[in-house]
Amino acid sequence: MTSPRISQLAILGIATGIFSGLFGVGGGIVLVPLLVLWIGFDERRAAATSLLAIVIAASAGAVAQMIYGNIDVVSALTLGVPAVGGVLIGTWLQQRIPVAVAQLLFSGLLVFAAVLVAFE
Amino acid sequence: MIALAIIIGVAAGVLSGLFGVGGGVLLVPTLALVLGLDHVEAEATSLLAIIPVAAVGAWRQRSYGNLDVRSGLAIGAFAAVAAVAGVVLVNALPVELVRYAFAVLMLYVAWRMATSAIRQLRAGPDPTPPDGQ
Repeated sequence: MTSPRISQLAILGIATGIFSGLFGVGGGIVLVPLLVLWIGFDERRAAATSLLAIVIAASAGAVAQMIYGNIDVVSALTLGVPAVGGVLIGTWLQQRIPVAVAQLLFSGLLVFAAVLVAFE
Repeated sequence: MIALAIIIGVAAGVLSGLFGVGGGVLLVPTLALVLGLDHVEAEATSLLAIIPVAAVGAWRQRSYGNLDVRSGLAIGAFAAVAAVAGVVLVNALPVELVRYAFAVLMLYVAWRMATSAIRQLRAGPDPTPPDGQ
């Protein structure tokens, strides 16, 4: 499988970063459809690559927010530790449903996010 | 309240693993409404909570053979820089207007994703074997 060109990676990263900074949506909701519709990744490869990009981007954001003193570490652990258990289930499940079904479900998530952004 | 937060945490993780998103859609409202953080604290704290979740998800996906490491690292680095521009823009633009435009764009993308998925389903069974083997 070929990897996208560096110019494409730059556009993907910049679009993801700007939209997530602007609207407070996570990068994944922007990045996954771009990887699927523009680069031609299947839903599994798009999700996998998006998760790694989120690690990098969220780390930078978290460091900045920590400097401002906005982070509540106990609350982060209260949600983050159970969520690590959940992500093991989610990735396991994703390998067992057809990629097209995962993609169809993702479009439902997009509709939900669109409603949230519009009516927040 | 803690029990509810734990249940929603697990759900956010499942969402994250299934779709490759951070799960902030569930984490931010839970931090605000269930754990009582204000909006800025909730968004900031969700960033910290997402890091281990996405890291474990990416690691699992790597062993399933789905991860493009080079792309993930490069996109993440560009996104980290561009997010600063997004935050600057949010303070300079009439965001209410942009918000509706973005929502409409997302609905259009949802339609494109759905029609492409339905085309794949009609084309026949999934050619990718499970576990990337």
